[in-house]
This record gives sequence, structure tokens and C-alpha cells, in this order.
Amino acid sequence: MGEFLRNPKLWVFGVCLLPLLRLIVLGSIDGLGANPIEFITRSTGTWTLTGLLVTLSVTPLRRLTGRSDLIRYRRMFGLFTFFYAALHFVTYVWLDQFFDPAAIAKDVVKRPFITVGFTAFMLLIPLAATSTHAMMRRLGRRWQQLHRLVYPIALLGVTHYLWLVKKDLTEPLIYGAVLVVLLALRLPWGVALLHTAHSRLAPAKS
Amino acid sequence: MLIRQSADILASEITPPDIYRERRRFMQGMGVLAAGAVLGVASEAEAGARLAGVRASAYRLNEDKTPYKDVTRYNNFYEFGTGKGDPAERAGSLKTRPWTVAIEGEVANPKTWDIDALLKLAPLEERVYRMRCVEGWSMVIPWVGFPLSELIRRAAPTGNAKYVEFVTLNDPKQMPGQRSRVLDWPYVEGLRMDEAMHPLTLLAVGLYGEVLPNQNGAPIRLVVPWKYGFKSAKSIVKIRFVEKPPLTAWMAAAPREYGFYSNVNPQVDHPRWSQARERRIGEFRKRDTLMFNGYGAQVAELYRGMDLKKFF
Repeated sequence: MGEFLRNPKLWVFGVCLLPLLRLIVLGSIDGLGANPIEFITRSTGTWTLTGLLVTLSVTPLRRLTGRSDLIRYRRMFGLFTFFYAALHFVTYVWLDQFFDPAAIAKDVVKRPFITVGFTAFMLLIPLAATSTHAMMRRLGRRWQQLHRLVYPIALLGVTHYLWLVKKDLTEPLIYGAVLVVLLALRLPWGVALLHTAHSRLAPAKS
Repeated sequence: MLIRQSADILASEITPPDIYRERRRFMQGMGVLAAGAVLGVASEAEAGARLAGVRASAYRLNEDKTPYKDVTRYNNFYEFGTGKGDPAERAGSLKTRPWTVAIEGEVANPKTWDIDALLKLAPLEERVYRMRCVEGWSMVIPWVGFPLSELIRRAAPTGNAKYVEFVTLNDPKQMPGQRSRVLDWPYVEGLRMDEAMHPLTLLAVGLYGEVLPNQNGAPIRLVVPWKYGFKSAKSIVKIRFVEKPPLTAWMAAAPREYGFYSNVNPQVDHPRWSQARERRIGEFRKRDTLMFNGYGAQVAELYRGMDLKKFF
């Protein structure tokens, strides 16, 4: 039991569940405000975006710190991202549209912000489905190629948010700015920057 | 969990109208006594104080009223921030006394009204109206006020007065949301003269029988129930009679998305989302949006022969 509790993965897992726990607690004490469905939609949506950004920050952080063991958390972050995206999607299909296939189809085709959000969610499904070790082995090199889809998914996700707000772009632009930084850190000069930063940090540590 | 919560709102939080009215009459009596005997005139201006002498009107609805706490804690008033809870949280800095409303432009009797004189301009009446936000949610709100036409008649517009422009207070010290350039301040709205003169068009000074809370547009605001909520300018300091259609704040911000008329119309979508249905606050499932927000019998005549897709 002590061994089990000392496993950092368990604690990270627990932290990733907090946004859901918050919704459950607020829901049970009538704390979701005047428009609970909007609250849930917003909350699951922004936590999906946060999940994407956290997942995308694992590799730059690994390069910065030189701690290759961080990679162990990436799958969990990715799957939690999918989990919150699925909650977001279910909220829309159930609580917003009440499983009305005609209305949903019309929305997906006619509303650009829903089109990109829907596309992003569809693209997440194969990534979640191929997240196991067995699938990684089976797909080999193609696994990495497939999982590069996370970059367009993140861009679609931020676009989805940008296009849906009425006027105040502040929040979607914050997500967008963080995403741009995380993507830039994957370009050659970004990688070099992280490498330089790492070698400056490394001697200080030893 | 969600379903249960929705049911809770319906069952316990909405006071049945007859009980509410009875309580209101009692409170009103108490209010008059208290105001006269102890508190004096100043306190009557404070949000939450009972408004005396409010008459019932024929404008009632057979629909549940949205609970007071939702009406006053969930709304848009960008002068205090773009979040739905911002107005309730931040409108405390708004000072509603002293307050004047300037009547200007193409009128025979321009005048700067003191708010307390304006409150006595016409008998106050309660009107229960639907409120449909352009974002797709709606409420039912018991406003207190008087028809805008009462004020317009006293201003005596000239033949050049074709439109009426409404201007909201512009003071970032009192309205912290104005420090952000999210809209071009001051907030400007406008109506065509016949819309402004329509008996449904209300100048509201209260809700639920009480002085209008700051976050809902105190001390005086417009209520145009057949148009999207943003047409109903809040915390008005100037009413100008003009010849040309005013450039409203939302038209200036996004001309492709917001037109001058902005009548509630389920057949004309917002460019980015559908307007066919709405979520009534407190209800679980969406309901169909009604043409002119259900006031077609009274106002459809105003738009006869107009292409409402073009004049959105």
C-alpha cells in the first residue's frame, strides 16, 4: 500500500481528475450558476485545451530538464485530454442538442466553430485508440507519424474557441499564445534554445 | 444530478405569483412606512429598496418568472466585464445618485432630467417581459417602469427626428470594464422613432418591485422585449433624437454580425450560431425561439414589407 501511494503516477492521475470532481461537487451544491449546461460545456472545453497544452509541454520540458522519465506521464495527459474532450462532446450532443441528429448534422456543416471542434474530436479518437504499448509496437514508425496529428488538433481546438466567443478574445488568445510557444520549441531553433538552456542549468545542478 | 437540479429550480425557487404578489403588497406597505418614517428619501434610490406605488399592468405572461438571483447574477453588461457574473460582482462602484439624463437633438423641449424627477414623470407599472439574449438564452423578468413614449411626448420631437439614440454612462472609474477596449465606449444603441414610441418599449427603473440593481442597468434602462437583449441600453445618461440611424456599439464592433434592428427572429441566424432555439434559464431542454420573441401580434406591423434577412 505504501509503495502504491508513493507512485507519482497515482498523484498525477488524481490531479487530472480534479476538474471533473469540481463539476460534480458544484453540481451537487447548486454551484454551477444560472446556466449550468453552459458552465459544464465551457469547463470541459477549456480543460480539454489545457490538457492538450500540458501534453504538448512534456517534450520541451524533457529537453529543458534532461529528465527523460517525464515521458511516462505523456500518455496519461493525452488520455485525460481525450476524456475531457469526450465529456465536452457528450455535453453538446446530449445536454445542448438532445441527440437530435438533424440539428447536430446541420450544426457541424453550417457552423465553422462546430466544424473545427468536431473535426478535432474525431482526430483525437485514433490517437486515444492507439495509445497502448501493444499498438505502439504494432505501428512502429507509423505510430509517431500518426500521433503528430496532435499538432493540427491543438490548432483546431484553439480555433474552435476563438470562433465561438462573442467578442472578448482574451482567453482563446492566451491558449493560442501558449500553443504557439510550445510549437515553436519544436522547431530547430527552439530545440537548440532548450538545449542551450539545459546545458546552462546542468552544471548548476551538479 | 443535472436533471435533479433543474427540477429543484422549478419546484422550490420560483415563488408562485399569487403568494409573491401578496408578499409584495405587504412589503410595499412596510416599505412606505419605513421610508416615510425612518430612512428618508436617499435610501429609496438604493438597489433592493421597494418601489412605492407600482401599478399592475396588462403586460403579464403565463410563464414562470426567472428567479431574482439569476436575473441579477447572470447577465451581460460589458461595462463591468465580459463574464456573466462580472456585473453582479463589480457594479458596486457605480454611483446612481446624482444622475441626470439629457434629452437632446431634434426636439422642441431639450432638457436635462434629474433622475428623481424622471422617476415621477409617469406612473410606474410592472410589466413581465421575455428577454432573449443574442447568445441563445432567455429569461422572464418582471420589470418596473413606464413607457418611453411618455418621455418622448414631453420632449416633443421635431419632424426631423427619425431615430432615437441611447447613450450609456462612460466613466471607467465607475465602470471598470471600460478600461478594456472590447467595445468602443460609450455604449450606444438606437431605435427607429416608431419603435421608440411603441407601447411595449419601456424605460425600466426596477425589477421584482424593487429599485433596479446596478448590474441590471441602474438607475434607468431601456427594455425592448421583441429585440435581442443588447438593444436595451443600460444606465442611460443621454437620449438623442436624430435624423440618421445611429451607429450602435455592436454594429461598430461587428457589422456583419449585428444589424440595427436586431429583432428576435428564429429564421435569421447569427452568422456563427443558430437562433432557432434558446435555453430558458432554469429549464433543462431548449425551447423554440418565437418570432419577435412572441410579440409579433404587437410589433410585426412595424416591419411590414421589410426583408428581415437583409434588415437583421
